[in-house]
Amino acid sequence: MPYDYLIAPFAEFAFMRRALVATLALSLGCGPVGVILVLRRMSLIGDAMSHAVLPGAAIGFVVAGLSLWWMSLGGFVAGILVAVLSGLAARATTLREDASFAAFYLISLALGVALVSTHGSNVDLMRVLFGTVLAVDDAALLLVAAISTVSLFALAAIYRPLVIECFDPGFLSAAGARGGLYHLAFMVLVVVNLVAGFQAMGTLMAVGMMMLPATAARFWAREVWPLSAIAVAIGFTSGAAGLVISYHLNVPSGPAIVMTAGAIYVVSLIAGRHDSIIARHWPRAHLRA
Amino acid sequence: MQAAAIKLTDLTVAYDRHPAIHHVSGEFKPGSLTAVVGPNGAGKTTLLKAIIGLLRPAEGRVELSGVKHQDIAYLPQQAEIDRAFPITVLDAVLIGYWRRVGALGAIDARSTERALNALDAVGLSGFAERPVAMMSAGQFQRALFARVMLQDAPVILLDEPFAAIDTRTTRDLLELVRRWHGESRTIVAVLHDLDQVRDNFPEAVMVARECLGWGATKDVLTAENLLRARQMSEAWDDEAALCLPAKQA
Repeated sequence: MPYDYLIAPFAEFAFMRRALVATLALSLGCGPVGVILVLRRMSLIGDAMSHAVLPGAAIGFVVAGLSLWWMSLGGFVAGILVAVLSGLAARATTLREDASFAAFYLISLALGVALVSTHGSNVDLMRVLFGTVLAVDDAALLLVAAISTVSLFALAAIYRPLVIECFDPGFLSAAGARGGLYHLAFMVLVVVNLVAGFQAMGTLMAVGMMMLPATAARFWAREVWPLSAIAVAIGFTSGAAGLVISYHLNVPSGPAIVMTAGAIYVVSLIAGRHDSIIARHWPRAHLRA
Repeated sequence: MQAAAIKLTDLTVAYDRHPAIHHVSGEFKPGSLTAVVGPNGAGKTTLLKAIIGLLRPAEGRVELSGVKHQDIAYLPQQAEIDRAFPITVLDAVLIGYWRRVGALGAIDARSTERALNALDAVGLSGFAERPVAMMSAGQFQRALFARVMLQDAPVILLDEPFAAIDTRTTRDLLELVRRWHGESRTIVAVLHDLDQVRDNFPEAVMVARECLGWGATKDVLTAENLLRARQMSEAWDDEAALCLPAKQA
């Protein structure tokens, strides 16, 4: 029965409903941020950042156990620190930003794993890395919702310069605008959205909610805001489907959601409207003009 | 339009200490229309970037009068723009309003109307809602000219504006440049087609790292200057000695 299979888990269990709302909030925040990351050719920076928040979350864990606030604050501080240090290293030396990001996030990740494994059980480590829907209590839900709200407003405020900087990087600097400041503000948004994600998804999987919907959306739209809207829709669909799969098959919620998003990505890659494999190899009949 | 001038005094701009522009002095007079010519690697783009402040002089200075460097309209070479970026032609042109609207200011119906008119003026009627990725290089260049129109700047710098552009488009865009000149804007364009320069640009600057000539076009584009420009060595000399002021040397 479709009802038993799809609706019942949410109707019966409050934690499933909270997780569902949390994934909606997450996809609202992560979708547009992911789209801009893809357009800035920084897809893998999101990945690096998601690892970078780990030691901060771990320090929060060591200080206060499985505390939402401490782990989130720790993750936020660690993420910002890695973003700023990488940015500074890239500007102070000839090293490119991606290379310095790789260096700092690896240090950060190793530190995080060391901290969690010396101070907690393996179960705790698994929880921080992969998340669990059971972690989403009312407080976590509020935090996630608050982060999405703030990040959507902040993104709206810096949207125009961000788009201009991706499209024609020389323009803003020629016009005397502080492109670097907007870049930094955007990196803060990346970090807070990853922090929002790691309660439900775990630090390793949180980035999946950001990058996979954004990448899949590229096959369906050709402007920045439709891309964002589609990314949000894909994110939420994967969230809902992933939760159902996680419930029935007893797999952790993070991987279940990311695998669903991955499946949508593969389908988009093959059958999307623009530039997909099918669109390229079996083009529709051409027009007269 | 308040005419603006650009004065270069002993300007040197270097990459990794090797000068691309070496001790160049001269003035782009208010309302002048000047072509910058010279071989590849002669420092033409470097010169433009130093004027708008994208590159810092290693020595000497750029003085602007009647304009702030942020208000100069600069049309870069297309290679510096991500043409695959998902943005419509209209939005790409509206970027020209940045100095007036900033990050948060609204773009009202009249501004949009003006942008559409600018698209008409460069022969791109009906392109407004298309993604820029679907334009040819020539069409895209027309769109960039429309953006410059919206910037409404007293100084306009054009970096190889007609590279890879067909004859008709070039003629249309040159007409636009002449119109700007008639509005007393100060215009500097990097160009390679010397006949085009002779026909359309009253003044010229020839650079080959050093300045070989600056003044009326016929006095600058001489056979002798062109020969000297061709003899410029493009390669850096890794063993080059320090360049010291005459009084110390």
